[in-house]
Amino acid sequence: MDISAPGTGTIPSDADAAVRIRGLRKDYGRLAAVDGIDLDIAHGETFALLGPNGAGKSTTVEILEGYRLRSSGEVSVLGVDPAHGNLAWKARIGIVLQSATEPGTATVREQLAHFAGFYPDPLDVDEVIAAVGLEEKARTRVSKLSGGQRRRVDVALGIIGRPELLFLDEPTTGFDPEARREFWQLIRALKAEGTTILLTTHYLDEAAQLGDRAGVILDGRLVDVGAIDELGGAEARVPIVRWREAGGALREVRTDRPAELVASVVTRLGGEPEGLEVIRPSLEDIYLQLVHSAGAEAHDHEEALA
Amino acid sequence: MSTTLSTTTVGASRIGYETRSYFRSPDAVFFTFLFPVIMLGIFTAAFSSSGEIQPGPGAEGVSVGAYYLPGMLAAGLLLSGVQNLAVEIAGEKSNGTLKRLGGTPLSPVSYFMGKIGQVFVTGALQAGLLLLVAATVLGIALPTTLDAWLTFAWVFVLGITTSALLGIALSALPRSGKSATAVVIPIVLILQFISGVYLQFSQLPEWMQNIASIFPLKWMAQGMRAVFLPDDFKVMEQNGEWDLGLVAIVLVAWLVVGLIVSRITFRWIRRDA
Repeated sequence: MDISAPGTGTIPSDADAAVRIRGLRKDYGRLAAVDGIDLDIAHGETFALLGPNGAGKSTTVEILEGYRLRSSGEVSVLGVDPAHGNLAWKARIGIVLQSATEPGTATVREQLAHFAGFYPDPLDVDEVIAAVGLEEKARTRVSKLSGGQRRRVDVALGIIGRPELLFLDEPTTGFDPEARREFWQLIRALKAEGTTILLTTHYLDEAAQLGDRAGVILDGRLVDVGAIDELGGAEARVPIVRWREAGGALREVRTDRPAELVASVVTRLGGEPEGLEVIRPSLEDIYLQLVHSAGAEAHDHEEALA
Repeated sequence: MSTTLSTTTVGASRIGYETRSYFRSPDAVFFTFLFPVIMLGIFTAAFSSSGEIQPGPGAEGVSVGAYYLPGMLAAGLLLSGVQNLAVEIAGEKSNGTLKRLGGTPLSPVSYFMGKIGQVFVTGALQAGLLLLVAATVLGIALPTTLDAWLTFAWVFVLGITTSALLGIALSALPRSGKSATAVVIPIVLILQFISGVYLQFSQLPEWMQNIASIFPLKWMAQGMRAVFLPDDFKVMEQNGEWDLGLVAIVLVAWLVVGLIVSRITFRWIRRDA
């Protein structure tokens, strides 16, 4: 796989990468949840990892976070093997897990001030509360917050330690559209300060909004990596022209020159073609195409074994 | 601030956080903090007309409430340590608390300082409340010698520490947070029945006394009886003596067991899952 496709803008050199993965595998018995992944993420880059449930996204990320042990391969996160990451290493990363269900007896401010105390150089507690838009809830117990507000606390806890590398696992699931836009602003601000971000998400618009590059993971393999606007390759972006022949047969042709093709069809049919469509694939179309062409179904063996 | 935070400083902040969190959890406050006080009140009221308990004919007797006070103090040690921590940590394992903490630079040592400190603080407040209620509301006379209070101090400190460590060790047993109370409470309850907390230990059959002697609660209760009952009552103990040396030895042995099992079994999360 070509992991440094031209035009990606941020081609990391091996030594410089914030995250370096080579031949990563995770086997559960005979099932390979992660089946040979190579990837570099540069310092300061925001990388979006896309893929259906059970494709191996969370397993990969949890190996990078030090929560799971790999079966084989090499992994380096901020220059450290996460399987042996010590407390000093943990102080340099921030983790926003998928939803937790803690009892939440502390208030937002208490919780953040307490966690800030774990880190050598934390951000200002009140500034973080403001950044996630919870000023009015600062004195409210976490248990009394709505799902979206709790998620913002999760994000706040992930960034309170001023991480060099931030893991965001499906951060905006359950957010309303406005909350998502506010959240994106927050992530852009972190990015502007140089934070490296690894984001997993189901939302392609989120990946497009935040990601410098994205990778699509299917059946434990990275099937594509590239800048968001190059995902799937140039081919996947070739417009599709669809129409019905005089006999009623549906025709579909991919061409870089759709207007020319339509003109030639009009000439040949001697009039307006029936059911004419010119389609430019959206990011979502390209993603779905990738998923389908790899024949991947969202199977749940990863969850079942987790 | 320096780049490496002191484990002790963070541990102290954990004690405050854990203690606050304990008193904000109604379940924990009722079933582990107030329970012994309520039971002492019920026993005293229920047996208020049944006269005194005497160690032998003609010997000095004490009221039922006074007789049960040491048992309730021992039960408090067990509830604040074993029941509270075993249920709480098992819950933290399944609700994601430990996973979150495991992703931060919090040292496990600081985490345990927080837990043990919380047990220490809540256990001391609980014992203080029991003694206060006993002395004021229930009219139970408390010891007046320094010697008795020194014995109380070491039995309390050793008992609460052992109990906290055993709670951490036992938290490895429940498979989920939901099943934690179902696994932990029967163990704690049976121990209370056979160790002389609810039933007068001297009236239990010898085989039951022998089983109870394997476990720490019997020794905590015996140590507390040595403090709070008149010296004549020692004839009702298994060896006819308070056996405080043995109390210390058994509790230290269980402390070591708790420490070793906690060390071996505790994980932020199961990494190979």
